[in-house]
Amino acid sequence: MKKYLVTSVAAAALFASSMAAQAEGKLSIYHWFDYIPQELLDKFSKEHDVEVTMDTFDSNEAMLAALKAGKMGSYDVAVPSDYMVKIMGEEGLLDTIGDGELSNFGNIAPDWLNVPFDNGRKSSVPYQWGSSNFAVLKSAGISDVHTSELVFNPPEVLKGKINMLDSQGEVLALASLYLGIPQCSSDRDQLKQLNDLVVSAKANWASFASDTAKDQLLAGDASLSMIYSGQAAKARQEGAALEYSFPKEGYILFADSIVLLKDAPNRDNAIKFMNFMLEPENVAAVSNYAQYGNNVTGADKFMDAALAKSPELNPPAGSKGHFVEACAQEVQEYYDRIWTNVKK
Amino acid sequence: MAGQLSSNNGNASNIYQGNGLTLMLPSWLVICVLLVVPVGIMLVYSFLTKEFRGGVIWEFSLAAYDQFFFYRGLFGDEAPTIEWTYIAIFWRSIWQAGLATILCLIIGFPTAWFIATRPPSSRAFWLFLITIPYWVNLLIRTISMKFLIRDEGPINEFLIWLGPISEPIHMINTNFAVQLGLFYSYLPFMVLPIYASVERYDFGLSEAAADLYASRWVTLRKIILPVVKPGVIAGCILVFVPSLGAFLAPDLLGGAKNFMIGSLIEEQFKGNAGNWPFGAAAAMILLTMVLIVLIIYARAQNRERT
Amino acid sequence: MKAARIDLRHFTGFPLITGVCLILLYAPLLIVAVYSFNDSPSITTWEGLSLRWYRDVFFGVEASKFKTAAFNSITIASMAATVATILATSAATAMSRAGQFKGKSVSFALINLPLMVPEIVTAVATLIFFSAIGFTTGYLSILLAHIVFCIPFAYLPISARMQGIPDGYEQAALDLYATRWQAFRLILLPLMLPGILSGFLLAFIISLDDFIITSFVKGAGIETLPTAIFGAVKIGIKPNIMAISTLLLVVSILFVTLSYLIGRAGEKSN
Repeated sequence: MKKYLVTSVAAAALFASSMAAQAEGKLSIYHWFDYIPQELLDKFSKEHDVEVTMDTFDSNEAMLAALKAGKMGSYDVAVPSDYMVKIMGEEGLLDTIGDGELSNFGNIAPDWLNVPFDNGRKSSVPYQWGSSNFAVLKSAGISDVHTSELVFNPPEVLKGKINMLDSQGEVLALASLYLGIPQCSSDRDQLKQLNDLVVSAKANWASFASDTAKDQLLAGDASLSMIYSGQAAKARQEGAALEYSFPKEGYILFADSIVLLKDAPNRDNAIKFMNFMLEPENVAAVSNYAQYGNNVTGADKFMDAALAKSPELNPPAGSKGHFVEACAQEVQEYYDRIWTNVKK
Repeated sequence: MAGQLSSNNGNASNIYQGNGLTLMLPSWLVICVLLVVPVGIMLVYSFLTKEFRGGVIWEFSLAAYDQFFFYRGLFGDEAPTIEWTYIAIFWRSIWQAGLATILCLIIGFPTAWFIATRPPSSRAFWLFLITIPYWVNLLIRTISMKFLIRDEGPINEFLIWLGPISEPIHMINTNFAVQLGLFYSYLPFMVLPIYASVERYDFGLSEAAADLYASRWVTLRKIILPVVKPGVIAGCILVFVPSLGAFLAPDLLGGAKNFMIGSLIEEQFKGNAGNWPFGAAAAMILLTMVLIVLIIYARAQNRERT
Repeated sequence: MKAARIDLRHFTGFPLITGVCLILLYAPLLIVAVYSFNDSPSITTWEGLSLRWYRDVFFGVEASKFKTAAFNSITIASMAATVATILATSAATAMSRAGQFKGKSVSFALINLPLMVPEIVTAVATLIFFSAIGFTTGYLSILLAHIVFCIPFAYLPISARMQGIPDGYEQAALDLYATRWQAFRLILLPLMLPGILSGFLLAFIISLDDFIITSFVKGAGIETLPTAIFGAVKIGIKPNIMAISTLLLVVSILFVTLSYLIGRAGEKSN
């Protein structure tokens, strides 16, 4: 048995070292799962003779936690959402892109050049955008789905059949928009209002699930579910008869970006990748795969016709999208306590 | 000879006296370096100041423990009263875990017994039969379980078709679902240790005729149970303790509407809260509780045997 | 009065409960297997039989990734379970056969420590520790972390088993001038086999399943099966995951049946 052990450990060590030996031309990406088609990564691999590895995370906060716990220096690029880009910048986790390093920099749609979380795009390039509102099954018979009233003060038919995202940021943001109060408010009355609203609305909610939102709608377990727009589109393609909502009180916008990480082991390849993703054809491939929109000029002609016209990417006129905001420390603590009250 | 040997069951043995520490050394080394040190780091973290959005600032602070035990209002500036929130969460997890353990015991003990009384050549086969499902990832099995017990799932449809009910039984997102999930996650951890214990029991002995008017059940209770006790206790520990920190079953099957210890601590590290010292503190409190119980048990064992 | 023979092997209801247990264990797997043949990409609607997901697993774009991940998972689990079982056996011998020694109660707590710390805490703490000492994460870091949390799962069944074995045989051996090592190896160890097997099996399956600790301590680019598919499950299970799981199941059943048959043949030829 000891002999077996020794040989196994030796084999493992050999195996591990052989993995490290192929170090020429590598790129290490930290990414949301199932967001980018493998074919695209293979295309990049071939074009630039780079070996691509991709690790995945399931939430912005999980990514931040892993990076802070010790994964800095392992990855070249990451793909966080809007507010997380700002946070990462403040935490000093991002590297700056030099002027002129990205030859495709001009492809960025002008509207998305100066974003609140990275003015002038010093450390990031846009990736995909979408929204995280909610979808309602047509079978529930709701005539006007474009209101958050359905979530916070639901009609009988929806009570007990509502699924929310298991995410503090989105849920409290939606609630704040519904109440008409600012997202990082420190006004005590407003906060108490928010607290009471969400805690009492919970009685009508069946579950908190980000991952199985699409399946719940498909199966009919939930008649209304908070969901990312891309997932809603996929659900519709897979047969769910649903309507995606853009609440008139305000809807939640998200924009994912590719950021250049500090201490990137393969900085040159990282820049090449970011440039690659600014090619209209490539970024459109991701859009077609994940069913989101993108912010690169000229990508429209590569996008699926159905996608470009889909309700999820075409908010009704007059509706206003808001990014989830990252609050200052003291205020964030109030919101953390509200969330604990919701979940306790 | 057989009789003499049997009477030694469960009693302390010291035939390898003097080798105790040497035998423990490899395990001590591995666990001390790879776990005690990291846990020590966590212990230290629980006494530090939280860094905004995760991480720690190296400044001593009791804020984490204070947050656990004292409630100071929504804005953190009222007079402190006892914080029942986290204690309630702990309590909820404890009774969930306890219930799951009992469930596992009720189903697991007979199963282990059954396997142990099969012909010797087929026992390994039965054991594998029990453990093979666990080669499939727990997440997938839990989601499949969820699929089964949904309102429109196969079980409800089957029961409606059979006749006894006309409306689906609402099982998903309930405590029952969580119990089922926990039971499902940890069953082999109950079966295997009990099996290992029971298998040793010399059945031939008790089957011998004696002036026994008692039924098999009484014999089971009074004679066999004390002998297989180590296995039962091992099984209970292996189910109860991990259940305390579990969050897969509560989240996926219970709807994640209430924090369990596992999800509470997760939220501190992977969620918005980013409050590592608090997560560490909660983990330390959990650890202390379980340690105390285990040490009491260990001490009682030692006293019993000498 | 004629004394009754008591048959303790058979309790009414026990076989039934075992049957219930097995049904409960395998029912969800049946779902997994059935839906792996589903033609639709959604797991909630059935669209007819199809082998497309199996083709996808073997020949699809992500095939090599899954293969490597499966290989990693199985090798790590085997090695971690083996090492953990060895350590656990040694520890169990100390705890139940070495009388009183200094630090015995603490040892018991120590052996069970990995069980008691919530996984997320172990994950973050271990990563912090590894970075602090500059240990490059990779395959080895996963293996080491797995060995640690496998130990209590191996220890408890082995210890339970050992406590039930009277030491009379070993005493006799020692009286006959055998060394302690011989008594251990030739007498105790064979008697321990069911316990060791149980311990190994538990450690193996717990290692196969681990996600959180693995995802934190692994090196960039290394995947085990849970980390490779976990994200997929978050987005909405694709049936190719079902296909992989069914394959894993079939392989393990084949493997077990094979070894059972070989064992039987070996016995018959004796």
